[in-house]
Amino acid sequence: MTEHFPILILLVPLFGALIVVLLGRERPEQCWITSLISLGLSSIISLFTIIVVLSDKVQTIRYRMGGWEPESTVFEVGIELRVDILAALVVFAVTFVGFVNTIYSKTRAEAEAQGKVPFFYALIQLLIVGLCGIVMTNDAFNLYVLIEITSLTSYALIAMGNRRAALSSFNYVIMGTIGASFYLLGVGYLYIKTGTLNIDDIRMVLGNDKLWEHQSIIVAFIFIMLGVWTKMAFFPLHGWLPNAYAYAPSMTGTFMAPLMTKVMVYVMIRVMLWLFGDKFVYSDQHVWGELVIWMSVIAIVAGSLLALARTDIKKMLTYLIVAEVGYMVGGAWLGNVTGQAGAFYHILSDAAMTFCLFIAASIIVLRIGDSRVNAFDNLFRKMPLTMIGFTVGALSMIGLPPTCGFFSKWYLIRGGIEAGQWEYVCALIFSSLVNAVIFFRIFERAYFGKIAGVKEDFSPSDSDANPDTSIKEVPWSMLVPLYIASVSVLLLGIMNRPLFEWIQTALK
Amino acid sequence: MKVFGLIAVFVVGLLLLSATQDFPSWGDPRSAASDGEVSSFYIEKTESVTKVPNMVTAVLADFRGYDTMFETVVIFIAGIGIIAVLRNFEGTDSPSDHDNDDDGAGLLARFTCSLILPFIQIFALYVVAHGHHSPGGGFQGGVMFGASYILLALAFGLSKAKQLFSERRTMIFAVIGIFIYVGWGVLCLLLGKEFLNYSVLDSILPGDSMMARSHSMLVVEIGVAFTVTAIMFSMYSNLSTRGRLSKGL
Amino acid sequence: MDPIIANFIEENIVPKFNYWIYVILMMIGLYAMITKNNLIKKLIGMAIFQTAIILFYVSIGVKETGGIPIISHHGPDHHQEAEVHSEESSKNLKHNIIDKDKYANPLPHVLMLTAIVVGVSTLGLALAISQRIHKSFGTLEEDEILNELRPGGHD
Repeated sequence: MTEHFPILILLVPLFGALIVVLLGRERPEQCWITSLISLGLSSIISLFTIIVVLSDKVQTIRYRMGGWEPESTVFEVGIELRVDILAALVVFAVTFVGFVNTIYSKTRAEAEAQGKVPFFYALIQLLIVGLCGIVMTNDAFNLYVLIEITSLTSYALIAMGNRRAALSSFNYVIMGTIGASFYLLGVGYLYIKTGTLNIDDIRMVLGNDKLWEHQSIIVAFIFIMLGVWTKMAFFPLHGWLPNAYAYAPSMTGTFMAPLMTKVMVYVMIRVMLWLFGDKFVYSDQHVWGELVIWMSVIAIVAGSLLALARTDIKKMLTYLIVAEVGYMVGGAWLGNVTGQAGAFYHILSDAAMTFCLFIAASIIVLRIGDSRVNAFDNLFRKMPLTMIGFTVGALSMIGLPPTCGFFSKWYLIRGGIEAGQWEYVCALIFSSLVNAVIFFRIFERAYFGKIAGVKEDFSPSDSDANPDTSIKEVPWSMLVPLYIASVSVLLLGIMNRPLFEWIQTALK
Repeated sequence: MKVFGLIAVFVVGLLLLSATQDFPSWGDPRSAASDGEVSSFYIEKTESVTKVPNMVTAVLADFRGYDTMFETVVIFIAGIGIIAVLRNFEGTDSPSDHDNDDDGAGLLARFTCSLILPFIQIFALYVVAHGHHSPGGGFQGGVMFGASYILLALAFGLSKAKQLFSERRTMIFAVIGIFIYVGWGVLCLLLGKEFLNYSVLDSILPGDSMMARSHSMLVVEIGVAFTVTAIMFSMYSNLSTRGRLSKGL
Repeated sequence: MDPIIANFIEENIVPKFNYWIYVILMMIGLYAMITKNNLIKKLIGMAIFQTAIILFYVSIGVKETGGIPIISHHGPDHHQEAEVHSEESSKNLKHNIIDKDKYANPLPHVLMLTAIVVGVSTLGLALAISQRIHKSFGTLEEDEILNELRPGGHD
């Protein structure tokens, strides 16, 4: 039974989505319960998968769809799933965030989805299915189909908001399609030269036939990278992210902001290390190593400065996501195992941090009715429980121990020093300082009240602002997810040693 | 903006074309893709392992059946995504929408349509069922079947088509299609082998394990056809009425 | 100069003309997606771009000596009459040797069936979103939409 776990993680939310559509519009409560059960079941199975992968040194689960064992050929003829500890950790993160978010959406679904609640839950579950499938698959074309599943569900989910959200979603459609099509072109080029689509087999053929110097393989790598970078909002291809995530309905934003870009970073690491191999990517004859690290430095600095300039809390958080993506891309391209492990650990920690901050921001905006930071006066007195969660997330962004943000920065800086890339180390430190400025400004206002002399002439941009005359705390169904997120931020930090060991053994 | 676009397009185009110098020529039978082990396996062994002469259907529904399942999910997402974005549930019962309750196109169109429609549907079912021996399969047949309903809506008016294929029924059909596909794979899982491993079904289907693969491909293609039909009609009815499902084109 | 250009065309463009045509088509689509102002024209560019990629993939699977990838038991290329009622599959293999050069490569066709469906779904969803935009803003020109947003809101 345990060998079927990878496919069961996918099947449960898929069935959940179908049942939710059948339940129809008259039963929104039951739709919520169905989604909760299916995503909860899926996270439990993925937790067991982690245990299975860690035990007996069962390093990798390989699961062949349709049972097509390569008997007369060396290559795979079907599609297979490949679950090692890295994939298992990311899958657990995805399903767990989905589950906790579904708790959060209980009170907001009716108001924001305007009678289309079953379709919202169906799209959410299909998004989780797509993300899990991306992480587990071992076939390059299957990866494209699953990327398109996640993209299509996100286009539809964002466009369910107000008119600004629809416009941002259209922009996202155009840029996302360009990115996915570039990825498809790259895979096509690889197929022309190798004749197979399985990721491990492609690497084997590239190594056997010494195809690494061929121009077409280099171009294939460039286009796959460009496609994946567009999807993860790596500067300067980040144009779609701030508007899309800031104007999306609040419960959609909390689903997508922690997950989409991080899973794309995982795809980039997979493509670099398992599809092409580190000998190809880091070899000295290619000039792109230095170039990409400089690009990531620009991404970190630009993301941090643009976040500093914003007065709208959600826009600020989205620009911080852009900076975090810069950390991860730079870490992966450093060329040593410490950097790669740091980048991978940052996938998990950034998912937790962003999740925590986005939920906190959505709750605050909901209660105050205003998404500008200038309106955060005296929040520590009025909404103390929410602000605790917000503080944990903010401290992690700045990088203070024992939160996970500190440890991921620590490993990334160590990797940068090992590789001798001092500009990357400086960019990390600079970004921590800028984050400190941003968040302490918010803390000051939330703790001490209004600062005299600040101009306030911008109007709110959030769609679901619901002004409440007496600002009080929010119902438990919103606070519990926030606390689960904060606790995971702390847990990931405390458990960084064993996690790091597992990650490093998998990467070697 | 236009200059920037032109430069970007030039750079991308040159990069793509620079790789063609070590590509195989047009129609080269000895290229790596065409001569590779995977393609040779598909061409030489498919009929003996699955008893299906159409290699494309065999690869689509059996070897790469996992991919096809997600392809069906993609079209399902498109259908419910369009409903989620566009559908306006409040205004469907306003009387002004039923005032000029249309009767579609003119008399000639309706007469011709009522003559042709059964043949279109029978041909669509033929394409689905005969996908093993000729070009065809679930997607192709499903699109034709959905198109027949769209033709009905164009000729007779959307309200007449909705009587036959209401929104609720469309959703049920779409869901049943994916249920058939995924459920068939889960059946293989329950009988002991991997997901979508059809050979284990020879205990409940007539024939040996190879015929079981052939039959399962047909079942799976039928599931795909259900979903594609329903979603094609749903996409048409939502896009043409801007989500109000009141008057057609 | 002339023999060099003629040589270049002879070596690189004529035997690989399919790649050149499809890359040019892709670039036309990409240009429309990036630079056009009207939302529907952007979508048409997207359709052109995706269609060019589909044609590119299908052109990979072509073989000069090959026909469609369906094994026919009635055609003139059929080697021997296969024992269709035979129980053993290995006997079938010996009687019925399939020459792989006679059939086109089926894998690109399969991949592109999937890619066509994905392209259609994206186009349908994008059309629904643009209808939504038209309902909210009253126009489909991007500069007019941005102008309407600018005095009302920030960024």
